[in-house]
Amino acid sequence: MRGRGRALVLLAAVVALAGIAVAYAAAATRRDAGPGRAVDLAASGRVLFVRNGRVASAPLGDPAAPVTVSGLTCQRFYAAAGTGVCVVVRPGPVPSTYAVVVDRTMKEVTRVQSAGIPNRARVSASGRMVSWTVFVTGDSYNRGGFSTWTGILDTRTGYAVPNMENIQLYIDGKRYRSADVNYWGVTFAADDNRFYATVSTRGRTYLVEGDYGRWEARTLRENAECPSLSPDGTRLVFKKRVAPEASARPWRLYALDLATMRETPLAERESVDDQAAWLDERTVMYGRQGDVWSVPADGGGAPRLLLRDAASPALGGPGHTGAAASMSAR
Amino acid sequence: MYVSATRWPRLASVPANVLALGAVSMVTDVSSEMVTAVLPMYLVLSLGLSPLAFGVIDGLYFGVTALVRLAGAHAADRWQRRKLVAVLGYALSAVCRVGLLAAGGSVAALGAVVAADRAGKGLRTGPRDALISLSASPGALGQAFGVHRAMDTAGAFLGPLVAFGLLAATGGAYDAVFVTSFCVAVAGVLLMVLYVRDRREPLLADDRVSVRRVPRDTPLLQLCAVAAALGLVTVSDAFVYLLLQKRLALSPELFPLLPLGTAAAYLLLAVPFGRLADRAGRFAVFLGGHAVLVVLYGLLALPSAGGWLLAVALVALGVFYAATDGVLMAAAGPLVPAHLRTSGLAMVQTGQAVGRLLSSVLFGALWTAAGAEPGLAVMGGGVAVCAVASWFVLRRVEPGAEPRVVPRVVPEGERGAR
Repeated sequence: MRGRGRALVLLAAVVALAGIAVAYAAAATRRDAGPGRAVDLAASGRVLFVRNGRVASAPLGDPAAPVTVSGLTCQRFYAAAGTGVCVVVRPGPVPSTYAVVVDRTMKEVTRVQSAGIPNRARVSASGRMVSWTVFVTGDSYNRGGFSTWTGILDTRTGYAVPNMENIQLYIDGKRYRSADVNYWGVTFAADDNRFYATVSTRGRTYLVEGDYGRWEARTLRENAECPSLSPDGTRLVFKKRVAPEASARPWRLYALDLATMRETPLAERESVDDQAAWLDERTVMYGRQGDVWSVPADGGGAPRLLLRDAASPALGGPGHTGAAASMSAR
Repeated sequence: MYVSATRWPRLASVPANVLALGAVSMVTDVSSEMVTAVLPMYLVLSLGLSPLAFGVIDGLYFGVTALVRLAGAHAADRWQRRKLVAVLGYALSAVCRVGLLAAGGSVAALGAVVAADRAGKGLRTGPRDALISLSASPGALGQAFGVHRAMDTAGAFLGPLVAFGLLAATGGAYDAVFVTSFCVAVAGVLLMVLYVRDRREPLLADDRVSVRRVPRDTPLLQLCAVAAALGLVTVSDAFVYLLLQKRLALSPELFPLLPLGTAAAYLLLAVPFGRLADRAGRFAVFLGGHAVLVVLYGLLALPSAGGWLLAVALVALGVFYAATDGVLMAAAGPLVPAHLRTSGLAMVQTGQAVGRLLSSVLFGALWTAAGAEPGLAVMGGGVAVCAVASWFVLRRVEPGAEPRVVPRVVPEGERGAR
C-alpha cells in the first residue's frame, strides 16, 4: 500500500473507532440513575445499604417491598443514630477519596480527604465517632507492600486523624514500634472512647482494644479481623482467616465472647470478607458475593438472604446511647 | 539509508521504523494503562472482589507470561516473522479489553482475561525490541531505544489521565473505559500493521533456530545473569512510594501522583541517556543507573528527611529507568546474531522479570522480618555488589559501536526482507 492509501485507511479507522468510543461513553452516561429520592437515616425498621454505587433503604423483613434509592454515591457506607459516613472515590484526572459525613437527610456535614480504595466504614452507636478504612496500594500486593489507612473523626470536636498508624501500640503488653503497622476495621464502644480494631505487622494480624483519649491500643489475641461490637458491648463478631488467600474459603465469621475470650464459628460456611453489622442483639448482617445476608450471632441457625444486589448494610434508626441500646434492642 | 554512526548521532537519524514502533507503543500504552489504572477499583468496588485475591491471581500467572514470551520469541525467529508475532500479541491484549466486560463478576474468567492480557504483553515485547534493534544502526541503538521508551512512557503517562477523566465524565462507567481502551488498542494494532516494517533475516541452511542455541555461543548468557541478579536486588517502585509516604507522612492526595512523577522524569530523560549510552558505553550507563539506585536507597534510609527527598526520589527513579530499561536492550542487541535477536532479547527480559518478581518477595520478607531500613541496606548493598561484579563481567563483552557478533556474511541486498 502506498503512503497516501495507508494514511487514508488509518484516518478512516481512527474516525470510526473514536465514533464508537464516544457513542458508547455517551450511552453509558445517560444510563446514570438520575437524581434519586429522599432517604431518612433515622427512620426505624429499615436497612440501609449500597446498591449500584448509591445508598438505598429498604424495610426490614419484607424482601418484596420497594427500595428507596438515594442520590448519594458511595463505595462504602454506614450509619447510626442519624449520622452517616460515605466513603467515596471522586473521579477526576487524579481521583481522590473522601470520607463524607452526612446528617439524617443525607446532607453533607463535613469531609476528610483520604486516598485509595474504600474498604470499611463505621459510626459509633451514638453517631459521634466516625471511622473508615481504605486500601492504599490495593492493586499491587505482589509487587508492593500491603497498606491500609484507617481514619477516625470525632464529629463533636471536629478533630480528624486521617491515618491512625501513629497510635501507641502494645503487643502482649510491650510497647511496639514498627513502620509496617497497618490498622483496619474499627468498631467503637458505647462510651465513644474505647474501640476495637485490627492491626497487622510483620505478617501477623491482631485484634486490638484501643483507647481514643489516651491514644493507645493493646493486642487481645491473634487472627481476628474487622471486629463488630454487639449493641450490649459483650461480644464481637469478626472474620477469621481459616485458609490461605488463594483458596476457595479464606475467611469465616466468628463470634468472640469478650468476658471469656471464647470464640464460636457462626453458621455461615461461605467465606465472608466484610465487617459485619448488628441487625439486633442476636443477629448480624454482612455482604457476601454481591448480596446481603444475615445469620444468628451465637453459632446456631442458618444464613438467610436479606437483600439482593446489595453491600455495606447498616441498621437505620434514631439511635440510642449506652444501656438504652441493649434495652431497646431486646 | 542511515546517517553514518558518528560519536553523537543526530536525532534526525532515528529510523522511521523505530518511530512507527514508538507510536504503536504509545497508543497501546494509553490503552493498557487506562485499564491498569481503573482495574483495582473496578474489581474491588464494582465486583466486590477482595484486593488480596486479585494480587494472588496476578502473581500466579507470572509463569505463564514467561513461557509465552520465550515461546513467542522462538516462533518469531524460527519463521522470521517478528511483525506477525508482535501483531498477534497486540491484538490479543486488545481483545482482552472487551473480555473484561464479558467476564463480568466471575473471578475465574477475570483471572483468565488478565492472564491472556499478560500473555499478549509477553508475546509482543521480544519481537518489538528485536525489530527496534534490527532497524537502527548499531552505533545508535541506545538512542533508538531511548526514543521508543520515551514515546512508550508518554502513553503510560496519558493512560490514567484519560481513564479517570472518562470515569468523571460518564459518572463512573467502567465499561465505557474498557470500550474506549479497546478502540485505542485497535488503533495501535492498525498502526503496527500499516506502518511497521518487518525485519526478516534469510535463514541459511545450517541455521537451526532454537532458544537453546542462543546462550552458549554468545556473551548474552552473562548479560542475562547480570540482569536477573540486579533485578533480584531492585526494590519495586510500589515499595519505594510506600516508603516515601511513610517517611514524609505524605498527604493522601499526593500518593496517586508519585508514579506520574517518575514517568515524567523517565520520558524526559530516556533519549538523552540513550544517546549517552551510545557514546559512553551502554554497560557503563546501565551500571551507572544502578549506582543512582544505591544512592536512593541510602537516602530513603536516612534518619531525617524533608520534602527534597520526594523530588530527588522521583527524579532518581526516572534516571534509573532511563539509564537501564532501553539501554539494556541496546546493550543486548549486538550480542545476538540477527536471526536469533528475538529469542536473545526475550531471554534477557525474562531473566530480569524473574529477578524482579523474586525481589518483591525478598524485600517484602525483609521488611516484614527486620524492618524497612535493614531491608534497604540489604537491597542497596546487593545492588552495589552485583553492579561491581557485573562491571568485571561486562567490560570484557562491551561491543562498542560495532557489533561483536557478526558470524555470517549476508549480502546487503538480502537483509531486511519486507
